[in-house]
Amino acid sequence: MSWSDVLTGAIEQGIGPSAIIYCLAAIGLNIHFGYTGLLNFGQAAFMMVGGYAVGALIQDQGWPLFPSIVIGLLAAVVLALILGVPTLRLRADYLAIATIASAEAIRQVLGSASLKDQFGGQDGRYGFVDGMRSLNFVPSGGVHFLGLDFRSYDFFIMIVGWSLALILCGFVYLLMRSPWGRVLKSIREDEDAVRSLGKNVYSYKMQALVLGGVIGAMAGIMSGLATSNVAPSDFATDTTFFTYTVLLIGGAARVFGPVAGALIFWFFISGLDLFFDKMTSGSNPAIPASIMTDDQASLMRLIFLGLILMLIMIYRPQGIFGDRRELAIDAH
Amino acid sequence: MPTDTEPSTETTAKKTDSILVADGVTRTFGGLTAVDVEHFEIQRGKITALIGPNGAGKTTFFNLLTGFDKPDSGAWTFNGQSLDGVPPYKVARLGMVRTFQLTKVLSRLTVIENMRLGATGQRGEKFLPSLFRGLWSGQEKANTERAMELLGRFKLDAKHEDFAGSLSGGQRKLLEMARALMVDPELIMLDEPMAGVNPALKQSLLGHVKSLRDEGRTVLFVEHDMDMVRDISDWVVVMAQGKIVAEGPPDTVMANQAVIDAYLGAHHDAELTHDTEEEILAAAEAELKAEDEENS
Repeated sequence: MSWSDVLTGAIEQGIGPSAIIYCLAAIGLNIHFGYTGLLNFGQAAFMMVGGYAVGALIQDQGWPLFPSIVIGLLAAVVLALILGVPTLRLRADYLAIATIASAEAIRQVLGSASLKDQFGGQDGRYGFVDGMRSLNFVPSGGVHFLGLDFRSYDFFIMIVGWSLALILCGFVYLLMRSPWGRVLKSIREDEDAVRSLGKNVYSYKMQALVLGGVIGAMAGIMSGLATSNVAPSDFATDTTFFTYTVLLIGGAARVFGPVAGALIFWFFISGLDLFFDKMTSGSNPAIPASIMTDDQASLMRLIFLGLILMLIMIYRPQGIFGDRRELAIDAH
Repeated sequence: MPTDTEPSTETTAKKTDSILVADGVTRTFGGLTAVDVEHFEIQRGKITALIGPNGAGKTTFFNLLTGFDKPDSGAWTFNGQSLDGVPPYKVARLGMVRTFQLTKVLSRLTVIENMRLGATGQRGEKFLPSLFRGLWSGQEKANTERAMELLGRFKLDAKHEDFAGSLSGGQRKLLEMARALMVDPELIMLDEPMAGVNPALKQSLLGHVKSLRDEGRTVLFVEHDMDMVRDISDWVVVMAQGKIVAEGPPDTVMANQAVIDAYLGAHHDAELTHDTEEEILAAAEAELKAEDEENS
């Protein structure tokens, strides 16, 4: 592997299917957290119900692709209502607790041995993407340009995924420039003030939770379709926190924040991985095994990612697209 | 309007046209009775001041009337309609809008966006219509014009594109009042509009409050400053320890010795001389000494 492979590998991952999944999840989370100020620590749960609905319906019930997707999105609506009805009237932290707990609860239930027949236990559901593959119009040899190589199906997922992400960005833009979006942003600032002006805050928070959750489910469905697998390990708590990382890198409450955040996050995380892999591999590695073995090197990316996050928070806390003036206001 | 059936315990003239009537409103926090109001009325088209010492329950009472808090018992009506159990946003839609003691401007929104939020019946605030600008842009333009007019009146028009969070404390009070007017309320309830405002701005705020009455609105406000209250209010209600202890026209109420004692303390007008200061110090030292001895 040459040094240019490290760069192209990082770019491939930076614009590849994983980045799309986190981009979509972050677009949903942006509506929750960025615009409405809802502390949703369970975005992984919305992804999970979407992904599992599609996986289980196709694999177990033999449903076609599109009806399964519709059910996956509806499942996210139901989850949002279940989470929102008891908590959205209360202070913001209750939603945070409810979402983080229920995300983990749902994950344990779907991965449990007693539901193995329906959801496949820890292996999850897999091999349900024939319907999606049949739509693939990308040449079977894959796509190669500028030294980048993508397999045919991956490239197809990228086209669908990034198109979806751009459509959703347009959708968010239209919503957030409107009076509806103004109410959401006002709720983020001070919900009592919004109440005192005659707006039904509870209803708006619910609408935001449902909308962001449905977009989260799209991310989960995309994840299932891209990897041909949904498993409990795909939707652990760190999925939610990586999504927050993506959102904060790009800048919360910015339309293109999640897109930029996902590109940068995946470029760095896979670039660092490849870099340390190269430094420690081969017969005469640049970093000798006495300092670091290649097993240890695979963890370095997380250490450096943490460092990069800290640097961003210190020197550009508003994210790539954020407005520093807004943060200055928060300070007092 | 039917003539009211005010209890005869009231010492003052009866009110004839009440916009808001509350009876038997109580609110307790654990063992503390924060509000215990037997009867309270606001006369339409007048400025009513609600005064009382700290902890008298004025703000709690405000919260109860506007639905931000629920009383343990009691009934209250606005324009004859019961407000028991009505959520705050519906209270506001009925035409009864409040401001807050600690101003609640929406910091990371611009001043003009703060104002636009106040407008009622916006088509663009519904989810699907919000996507199509054509459906709401006309209304938005009209709201913006009205907002700029109001901002002009409160001398905030030059700042309309600034973040509300960058305004000074006094300007925030003005913005909050202007924003409440965007709702076009019949009754506007101001919770300590003068708190933390410099004397020059206070005069202009006073003018604004008076102008609200002059344009036909009813005003209820909570205030500490007696001079201010005397200057602008038509009717004064005094609360102490959760109860209404007196009410009447400002001059009558302020001459009431019981009110002065309850509100300002019995010795509020005695000047603190050098001698009394020493007396107080000596008393305090003696007390400390006694405590020390007790502890040792």
